[in-house]
Amino acid sequence: MQAELIKRATELMEDGTVNRVLGWQKGQFVYDITPAVFTSVEDLKENFVYNAFCGDNLSKYLRAESEKEGKVLVFLKPCDTYSFNQLLTEYKIHRENVYVIGIECNGKTSGEDLKKKGIEGILDVEENGDELTVRTIYGDEKVSLKDVESYRCATCKSRKHVAYDELIGEDGDILDSHRFDQVEEIEKMSAEERFNFWRGEFSRCIRCNACRNVCPACTCEKCVFDNYDSGLYNKAAENTFEEQCFHIIRAYHVAGRCTDCGECSRVCPEHIPLHLLNRKFIKDYDALYGDFMAGAEVGQMSPVVDFTMDNDAEPSVVQKGGAE
Amino acid sequence: MSVNENKDWEPKIIAICCNWCSYSGADLAGTNRLSYPANVKIIRVPCSCRVNPMFVLRAFQRGADGVILCGCHPGDCHYSTGNYHTRRRMTLLFSMLNYLGIESARTRVEWVSAAEGQRFVDVMDGFVKTITELGPNRRLEDLRCKQN
Repeated sequence: MQAELIKRATELMEDGTVNRVLGWQKGQFVYDITPAVFTSVEDLKENFVYNAFCGDNLSKYLRAESEKEGKVLVFLKPCDTYSFNQLLTEYKIHRENVYVIGIECNGKTSGEDLKKKGIEGILDVEENGDELTVRTIYGDEKVSLKDVESYRCATCKSRKHVAYDELIGEDGDILDSHRFDQVEEIEKMSAEERFNFWRGEFSRCIRCNACRNVCPACTCEKCVFDNYDSGLYNKAAENTFEEQCFHIIRAYHVAGRCTDCGECSRVCPEHIPLHLLNRKFIKDYDALYGDFMAGAEVGQMSPVVDFTMDNDAEPSVVQKGGAE
Repeated sequence: MSVNENKDWEPKIIAICCNWCSYSGADLAGTNRLSYPANVKIIRVPCSCRVNPMFVLRAFQRGADGVILCGCHPGDCHYSTGNYHTRRRMTLLFSMLNYLGIESARTRVEWVSAAEGQRFVDVMDGFVKTITELGPNRRLEDLRCKQN
């Protein structure tokens, strides 16, 4: 797949359709993949990678890249195309400056996910279809991609591309993902248990803001969390409400725009299940206002603002009097 | 839901009222000499949709035991659609707070018009009663804001 992508990118660069390529390159280790912009064919041939670790959602980087001169080529996985559409809806990307190649995705893994399966000291990974051969300092191991894929890929909502100029590989279908199972489990707990669960999770937060920075829906140029006077600038203490407050506001701010790509949980260095907050909002407005998938089409109205005037038809907290 | 047994404790309630209906409703309650609990501290906002979710969270952090939002009845908003926005936003926010283990009885949205002085009193009486039964808010407080 990698060779195919490089070949096509080289062609497009050489015929002048695009003048740079947004893709992935290797970091310090084979599983440390980092997004990168390639401006020359040599650079592309030498450094471009595409493998089972390329989980990064590149659509976020188009916010800045599409402002620049000339066309940029970008590779988007199915879940990234939802974010891409959502950004188009919000007029954050100049569509005419972007050439999108949709690429097939069969789930991604990460160094952390391999570690969870007891595979450590990774030197190199070879891919053969759905089978990974991991060379470690302790010897070779063969695993199936299905067994080590990230949680967000195990609950993948769709393998269908919703936006592309051309497609490499095959287009998939919208999947029945059971992605709200964990949310339902938490909902079943008592208020006390829920509070303790979340306080335990959030007490680990180090306020690195990685979840905010990586989120394709978080594209404000000025953010309340960067404002020193907001009182939310940095971590308070592990047992105050401050961390909950940060995470509620972060999730709330992307409610109705979150495409559930799961980048927030992927980048969290403390493994806080942040997707559970976003999915709670998605589950709520799906249940109350009808199914809505952010980014499925360009120009959709978010359920947070797409209200109805009808008093009886609107299920809301007001009619219930706010009581449990 | 635990029942409060501390008799000395009095709840602190923040009522965020819209300027055009609910604040006038509270005013009417005053001019009619109707009494409502002194625990309720009113904050006036131009419209109920002026309320940022952060206002609610901040009120709790700084020691409120309950937050109630009052706005115009649907269809009566001074700015036509403000309260429809409030309705959707607060539905999602309160559901999220409940998800994080904060009893949803501590948060409420009520529609009170400028002519409903008695209703304002009833709503506040009811809300203060609910919060008094629930007891002090310990889950949302910020230790830095705590006064000993």
